[in-house]
Amino acid sequence: MSDETITLTVDGQRIPARPGQTILEATEAAGIYVPRLCWMKELLPGGSCRVCTVRVNGRAQAACTQPVASGMVIENDTPELRRLRRDIVDMLFVEGNHFCMFCEKSGNCELQALAYRFGITAPRFPYLFPQREVDASHPEILLDRNRCILCARCVRASRELDGKAVFGFTGRGPGKRLAVASADGLAGTDAERGDRAVAACPTGTLLPKRVGYAVPVGRRRFDHEPIGAEIEPATASE
Amino acid sequence: MERFKEAAVAAICDGLGGDRGRLLDVLLEVQRQFGQIDGESIDAVAAALGVARVDVEGVATFYSFLSSEPTGRVVIRLCDDVPDQMMGADQVAEALEEELGIGVGETTADSEFTLLRTSCIGLSDQAPAALFNDVPVPNLGPSSSRRLVREIRAHPREVDLGKLLVREYGDGANSHDLVRSAVKNNLRRPGEVIFAPMAPGAALTKALAMSPAEVIREVKTARLRGRGGAGFPTGMKWEFTRAAEGAERYLVCNADEGEPGTFKDRVILTERPDLLFEGMTVGGYAIGARQGILYLRAEYAYLRRYLEHVLARRREQGLLGQSLCGRAGIDFDIRIQMGAGAYVCGEETALLSSCEGLRGDPKNRPPFPAQRGYLGRPTSVNNVETLCCAARILELGPGWFASLGSRQSTGTKLLSISGDCTRRGVYEVHFGTPLAEIFALCGADEPLAVQVGGPSGQLIGAADFGRSVCFDDLATGGALVLFAAWRDPLEIASRYMSFFVHESCGFCTPCRVGNVLLKERLDRIRAGLGEPADLDYLRELGESVKTASRCGLGQTSPNPVLSTLANFRPAYERLLRQPSGDGAQPGFDLAAKLATASALAGRRSVHVGPQGES
Repeated sequence: MSDETITLTVDGQRIPARPGQTILEATEAAGIYVPRLCWMKELLPGGSCRVCTVRVNGRAQAACTQPVASGMVIENDTPELRRLRRDIVDMLFVEGNHFCMFCEKSGNCELQALAYRFGITAPRFPYLFPQREVDASHPEILLDRNRCILCARCVRASRELDGKAVFGFTGRGPGKRLAVASADGLAGTDAERGDRAVAACPTGTLLPKRVGYAVPVGRRRFDHEPIGAEIEPATASE
Repeated sequence: MERFKEAAVAAICDGLGGDRGRLLDVLLEVQRQFGQIDGESIDAVAAALGVARVDVEGVATFYSFLSSEPTGRVVIRLCDDVPDQMMGADQVAEALEEELGIGVGETTADSEFTLLRTSCIGLSDQAPAALFNDVPVPNLGPSSSRRLVREIRAHPREVDLGKLLVREYGDGANSHDLVRSAVKNNLRRPGEVIFAPMAPGAALTKALAMSPAEVIREVKTARLRGRGGAGFPTGMKWEFTRAAEGAERYLVCNADEGEPGTFKDRVILTERPDLLFEGMTVGGYAIGARQGILYLRAEYAYLRRYLEHVLARRREQGLLGQSLCGRAGIDFDIRIQMGAGAYVCGEETALLSSCEGLRGDPKNRPPFPAQRGYLGRPTSVNNVETLCCAARILELGPGWFASLGSRQSTGTKLLSISGDCTRRGVYEVHFGTPLAEIFALCGADEPLAVQVGGPSGQLIGAADFGRSVCFDDLATGGALVLFAAWRDPLEIASRYMSFFVHESCGFCTPCRVGNVLLKERLDRIRAGLGEPADLDYLRELGESVKTASRCGLGQTSPNPVLSTLANFRPAYERLLRQPSGDGAQPGFDLAAKLATASALAGRRSVHVGPQGES
C-alpha cells in the first residue's frame, strides 16, 4: 500500500482514500457508515450478504469487496439503497426462524440491530419457516441453525484466525446450510469455546453455553446506541 | 465392505494424483462406482486428499449429479424444462412412476432404478427427453418410456445401457462408434462461420505464422464479441489475459450451456469439435497459455469419449501437445473437466471454482479471471461458439468475418429454437436477422410470445416481434423458445422461477431468498389470491434482486417475472382480486387460515363476522 492519496465522492462529500483500500474501509476511515453484516474486521471480505451494496458511478457494487479508484462517485445513503438494504435484512429474517424475544443474543445481535437502525418493525415478506437443525452436542457451544444467516463469518474466522476448519456449507440455494467438520456434530470437531469463530457470529447461531444473561438485557451493545454509531462522528447520530 | 470402500476411494484419489483440485472428478467417480457419496466416502476422500471433511461434504452436496442417498443402478433424469413440459414430460413422468412403482425422487426396492426430474439437458428440440445414466433418450412418450424400463429389466446384466435404449442412431457423428446416440443434430440451417466445412490445422497454421499480438489484433479487427450472451469483446479479453502477470496462463472453454432452451453447443461439440479445439489452441497461443480446459457439462458426458478421441487425433497430427505444427517451444494441450449438474457453473467465475474442485460459487470481482482466474492465474474463459468464430477469423480473415452481420454485431449467431414451431433445431443466422424472418424459418405461426435468451432473457410478445437478434437490440446467447397463442405466460414464468430457485448457488442473500419470494407471490396470484398491490411488490422485489445479486444468475433471475409484468400485464390483472372496501386484504383467505388454525388446535374455531353472522 502506498502513501498516495486519492479522492472519492460519497453522497456529495469528498473523502480521501488510499489505493488498495476497499470502499468500505475508506468510508469507515472517513466516518461514514455503510451498513454491513457479513463483513468483519480481520477477515477477508466475503461479499455474500449484500447489505453494503452502494452505487459506484451508477453501478451497484458491494462496498466490502470493491477496491477504491480515483474519482469514484459513490451513492450510499439514498432512498433506493435504504430500501434495498431493508429488503435484504427482511429476506434474512423471513428465511430463518428468528424470535428475538426468546434469543439470548438479543441486544448484541447485528441482524436485529440493523433492523432497528432501518426502522423495521415487521418484515414485509412472508415467513418461510424452514426446517433447520439445532446442534447442542458440544459441551461448551450451542449451534442453532434457525438463526443462521449464512454470512460465513464463522467459516472464515475458523480458518483465518483459529487455524482450523470447523465450519463450512452444504447444499445450495435455499437448501444451503451451515455444516461442521464431523459426522457427529460440533462435539466431533476441534471447536473450542474461546474460538474466534464462535465470537464472530453476528446472530445467536453460535453461542457459548451458560453465559446467556451474564450481561442483562438493557445493558447490551445495541441497547443504547444504534449499530454503526461507533463509526459515525458523534454529531451525526445526534 | 467399509474397508473395501475406503481402499477403493483412496485408489480413486491416487488415480487423480491425490490432487485436491481434482476433488470434483474424485466425487464423480465415487458416485459412479458406489451410486452415492455417503459419510464414509466423504471421510475417506477427506483423508486421502488432505481436505477438511466439511469441504468435501460441501462439494458433494452442491452438484445435482452427486447424491448422498443411495441411487439405483440406472438413474433416470427426466428433463424438467419448459419445452419438455409443453411436449408432455408430466405424462412421461406419470408413466415412469407407474411402471417403476415409485415417485419422482425415489429409488426402487431392488435398487435398479432412481427417478429424478432435472434442469434442461440440452435436448429441447427433441423433447421430452431424459438421461438414463449418461445415455440421452430423446422424444420420449408414455409408452416408449415404459418400454425402455421393461427392456432394461429384461436385461439386468447388460452394462451398456445404450445397447438397450438406442434403436436408431442420430445423424452425423451421433452415429460415430464412440457416441452411438439417438440424438439428432436438427441442424436446420448451417451458415458460413460455424458449420461450413473445415480442415484441421488451417486456422492454427495461419495463427502460428503471426505473433500472438497479431492474432489478437485479427480478432479485434473482426470485432468478435462473446457468444455466451454478455457480448464482451473477445480480443480485449485475450489482450488483458496476455498482459496480466503470471507464471502460467489458462484458456478455459465454457461448454456448460445450461440456459434452458439452449443446445447449440451440443451440435458444435458433435459436428465441429475440431473447429472448437482449433479455436482454443489459437486462443491459447494468443494469450500465452500452455494448458486449456474444456469444461463439459455433465449432461453431455455421452460426448466425452468422442471428444477425447478427437483430442488424441489432434495430438497425433501435431495440432496439440508439444511443438505445435512442429514449432519448438510452442506447446498447448487440452484436458476435459466434467461438470456435475449446476447451471450456475456456466457463470465464468463459478466455472473456475468448479474446475478447482470447489463448490460452484462465483468469485468476487475484481480481480477478474483475466487477472486472477484458474488457480489464481490469468485465465480467459470463452464460449464454445466464440472460440469457433475465432478459429474462422484466423482462417478466413477478419475482413470476411466483419462483412457478415451488422456493424456492432459481426458474424453469425447460432440459435437454438424450440417450443411451439414445426422445425425445431439449430439455425446459423447473420446477426441482425429480424424475428419475423426467424419465425418463418422455423415454422412458428403467429406465436403468442417468444422467450429470447432463455429464462435469464426476456419473454416478449407481438409488440416486439419487429425486433432483430443482435447485440444492440435483442442480445441473446441464442435460445428462442416459442409459445403458441393458447399458452399461459404466468405458468411459463412460474416454471422458470422454479428453475432459478433450484439453481441458485445460495451464496448471496438476494438470489437465495429473493427468487423464493418472487415465486411465492407469483404463484399466489396464479391461485387467484393476488391483489393489485402485489404487482408493485413483484416489480420492486425483482429490482432489488437484480440490483443486489452478486453474479449474473441473480442479476437476471427475476426476468421471467419482470418481463411478463412488462409485456403481459393483462395476464396478471385478470387474476387479481379487487379490494372489497371493508379494509380487509383482498388476498387474505380467512376460511383457509381458520382451517389451518383449527387443524393445529384440534378443534373448530368460531368466527363471528362484522354483521354478527358466524
